[in-house]
Amino acid sequence: MPAVGDNTARARALLTMMERIRAFEEQAVLAAERDKLVLGAIHPSIGQEATAAGVMSNFAIDDIMLSTHRGHGHTLAKGADPLAMMRELLGRQGGCCGGKGGSMHIADFGVGMLGANGVVSANIVIATGAAHGLKMQGSDRIVVDVFGDGAINRGPFLEGLNWAVVFDLPILYVCEDNRYSATTCTADMMAGKGAAVRAEALGMRATTVDGNDALAVADATAEITARIRAGGPPEMLHALTYRRGGHTSFDPAKYKPAGEAEEQTALNDPINRLRDTLALQGLSVAEMDTIHNEAQAEMIDVLTEAAKTPFPPDNMALEDVQDIGSPAQEAY
Amino acid sequence: MEKMTYAQAAREAVRDAMNADKSVWCVGEDLGRGGVFGQYIGLQDEFGKERIVDTPISESAIMGGAFGAAMMGTRPIVEMRFSDFALCATDELVNQIAKARFMFGGQSRAPMVVRKPMGLWRSSAAQHSQSLESWYVHIPGLVVACPATPQDNYSMMKAAIECDDPVVYLEHKNIWLLEGDVDRDQGYEFGTAVRRCEGQDVTLVSWSDTANVCEKAAATLANQNISAEVIDLRSLWPWDKNAVLESVRKTGRLVVAHESVQVGGFGGEVVATVAEHAGNALRGPVRRVGAPRSLVAYAPNLEDQMRVTEAMIVAAAKETMGL
Repeated sequence: MPAVGDNTARARALLTMMERIRAFEEQAVLAAERDKLVLGAIHPSIGQEATAAGVMSNFAIDDIMLSTHRGHGHTLAKGADPLAMMRELLGRQGGCCGGKGGSMHIADFGVGMLGANGVVSANIVIATGAAHGLKMQGSDRIVVDVFGDGAINRGPFLEGLNWAVVFDLPILYVCEDNRYSATTCTADMMAGKGAAVRAEALGMRATTVDGNDALAVADATAEITARIRAGGPPEMLHALTYRRGGHTSFDPAKYKPAGEAEEQTALNDPINRLRDTLALQGLSVAEMDTIHNEAQAEMIDVLTEAAKTPFPPDNMALEDVQDIGSPAQEAY
Repeated sequence: MEKMTYAQAAREAVRDAMNADKSVWCVGEDLGRGGVFGQYIGLQDEFGKERIVDTPISESAIMGGAFGAAMMGTRPIVEMRFSDFALCATDELVNQIAKARFMFGGQSRAPMVVRKPMGLWRSSAAQHSQSLESWYVHIPGLVVACPATPQDNYSMMKAAIECDDPVVYLEHKNIWLLEGDVDRDQGYEFGTAVRRCEGQDVTLVSWSDTANVCEKAAATLANQNISAEVIDLRSLWPWDKNAVLESVRKTGRLVVAHESVQVGGFGGEVVATVAEHAGNALRGPVRRVGAPRSLVAYAPNLEDQMRVTEAMIVAAAKETMGL
C-alpha cells in the first residue's frame, strides 16, 4: 500500500489493479466465447473493478477475504496469481484449486482468499465464523466479506450480520450492489431501501459509497478498517456499482432497460473516471495508456500460458474428498 | 472403568478433548444451561463462555460460522439440538463444509463435529423425531457416526473431535440415560463395527439404538434355540463391510434393522453389498426391518407404528430361516 499522502501513487496503483482485473476478465470472456476453453459459466465483474481494487487495497495478504461467484476482481486484488486463476478457469493443472473448482469456486488460501461461492449469500456466515475464529485466537487479522445485492434477501445475511454484532467480530461486510440479482433487477424484488438500512437496523454502522469511484471506495474502506483494526465493531460498506454485462458471459442481458448499459459505459466506467481524476493530478495520457497496455499484455500472456497447461490427471476426481473413508483409497 | 450414561459419556469425551486441546470449542443454542438434553451441563462453568458458546437461533450461522472458524484452525463441536433442525443448515453442511476441501483443491480442511440428536423420543412428533442418517452417507466428504452405547459415545466422540474430516454425529435421543461401563482409554477407529453377540444361524446388522434392540432380539431368539449374531456398524461412513460379509458367510442369513424409513435407507446398501460380495453364501431370503414410508405422529399409538421392535426383528430372523 502506498504511503499516506502519496495520492497520485495510490491512485496509480488502483488504476493498475483495475486495468489488470478488466484485462483478466476480457481474456476470460474470450477464452469462453472465442476459444471455447472455458466450458462452465463465468460471471464477469466488468464495470465493477473500482470496488474490488478500492476495498482490497486496505487489506493485507494475511487478512481473510471471502467472495462471490463474481469474484475474479476481488481475488486478483487480494493478491492471487492471475496465471493460477486463469488455469483454474480453464480447469487445468496448476490452477488455484487444481482445476477442481473453476471460476465459481476460485480460492487461494495463500493470499487469505477463502473461496468464491456458487451459492448466493452462503459466504456471509462462513466469513463471520472466520472472524469469530480469529477473535478466539486473539489474532489481529481481520475479515472482509464481499457479497452482492441479491444476497441480502437470503437468510444467511440476517444470521451472519446479527451474529457479528452479538459477538463483536472484526469483519467488514461489503455489499457490492450491481443492481442485478442474476437476471432480475434487484429493486423489483426487494422490500425497503436495501443493504445499508438493513445493517443499521441490526445496530451495525453502514457507509454507502459510489462504488465506481475507486478513490472514494478506498478512502471509505480505509476509515472503516482503521476502526475495525482498533478493536471496533463490525461494519458494512454498501458500494453502488453497475454490472455492465449479463449474469454470465453468455447472458445477453436483454432484460435490462434499453440504453442503460451503454449509458453506464459511457458515463460511469470506473477506469475512465479514475483516468480523468489522474489526468487532473498531472498523470499523462501516455503513462495511463502504458498501464493499460501492460495489463492487456500481461493477461494475453496469462491466457496463452494457461491454455498450454494440461488438464489434471483423472485420479484427481477421487482426491481430497476426505481422509477417512476416502474414495481414493477404497473402491466403492 | 466408570459407570456413565450415554449423555454423560459424550460430555466426558468433550471435556477430556477440551482439556487436551485448547482449539476445541462448542457452539450452539442453550449450551450454557447444559444443552437441551444436559449434554453440556457444567462445561460453561469449567471452560467459559468463549469456548462453550451460546448462540442465537441461527442454524445457518452456527453451522457456517463453525466452518469458517474451523478453516482458521479451531476445532468446533456444533450442536444442532435435534437432527431435524440441522436441515435449516443443509446448504452449509452439504454444499459448503462437505465440498470445500475438494472444490478448493485440498487447500482447506473442516475439522468439525456436527451433533444432531436423532430418533423417536417421547411423542416428539414429525419435526423432532427423524432418523436421516442415510442422507449423510450419500454426501461425499462427510463421516457419519451413530453410537449406540455409553462406551461408543465416549470413544467415538473423542475420535470425531480428533478427526480432520467433518463428522456428522448422530446420537439417539431415546438412550441419553442408558448406563454402561466406560473405559476412557478405549479408542475408536471409524469404519469398525462391533460384534455385540456371536451367533451361527443369522446375522442381525444394525446401528444406533436399533442395535440395542437387536441385542435384545438375539436374547429372545436364543431362548428359541436360534443363534443370532449382532453386528453394530457404529459408523455408517465409512462402514465395516468386512465384518458384515464375514458374518454372513458364516451364518448364511441376513437381517438389517434400522429405525429410519426403510425405503432408501442404509439397510438397502448393506443388503446390496452382501448380494454382490457374498450372495452365494446366502441360505435364505434377506429381510429389512425399517419404518414405513410415513411420518412420525404425536399420539403414542401412532408413534408406535413407526417403531422397529424386538418382535419385528425376531420375526424377520425366523423368516430368513423359513420358520
